Amino acid sequence: MKKLNVGDELPELTMRPITRTILALYAGASGDHNPIHIDQDHAKKFGLSDVIAHGMLVMSYLGQAITNQVKQSSITEYGVKFSSMTRIGDTLTCKGTVIDVRQTDTGKWLKIELKVIDQNNDEKLIGFSKIALSKS
Amino acid sequence: MLDRSLINKRYPPISFDVEKQRLRFFAKATGQTDPVYFDEQAARENGHPSILAPPTFLTVVGHEQEKPYKYITDLGIDFGKILHAGQTYKYYKPVYAGDVITMESQIVDLYEKKNGALQFIEFQSTYANQDNIMVAESLATLVAR
Repeated sequence: MKKLNVGDELPELTMRPITRTILALYAGASGDHNPIHIDQDHAKKFGLSDVIAHGMLVMSYLGQAITNQVKQSSITEYGVKFSSMTRIGDTLTCKGTVIDVRQTDTGKWLKIELKVIDQNNDEKLIGFSKIALSKS
Repeated sequence: MLDRSLINKRYPPISFDVEKQRLRFFAKATGQTDPVYFDEQAARENGHPSILAPPTFLTVVGHEQEKPYKYITDLGIDFGKILHAGQTYKYYKPVYAGDVITMESQIVDLYEKKNGALQFIEFQSTYANQDNIMVAESLATLVAR
């Protein structure tokens, strides 16, 4: 990140719209074969109209918004809470804002507040990350 | 009702080889554009010993076992009712292709909200590499609706 002040925003990262192919690939790559993400018949059995995206796929997208700006080794903590389901056709945008900057004996620390929204501005998750800029 | 006697129940360690091909597949599936996550030469040019595992890659370790959701079925919960409510990682060391990661997990909390309509499970994991150095910890919060 170029700037380090409270209120600074990460460049937004918008991903391609969610497709069944993306969810099938992510199921294979992650090993999460839960049929609720890949089998519409199964999803309907559990009261959903269609498959939903893996929460961890959305968390992975948001992680890219962070690692595109800071070295991954400086991330000491990264957490999210999932707010709503992500569905086929949703276009997700990842956002982040610096909410705290502290200078300590070991270097500078940032806390970033994170959010993923869809094309309707509906919140998919909220999260945070702690970044230690002193680490390589 | 969740059986709270299962709080602190531990699960056997899982060993996972971090392979280049799997990291490339994960990068492709997640739309990754930074080559340190899929191109070994680019990773080396950026100071890494090999391809770097991205922040959420450790989720793969827990899935690579015979019954990844045994801790849910142990609670008598129908797996189809489960949603992922939250996930937190703490990172201590980077993970690279060639590492062998050992995951150890336990149920750390069980609680209910809305008079039992929602049941929450908190499942914690630690991840150590082949040098027995802890590389990360995770806390998964799952909800049965």
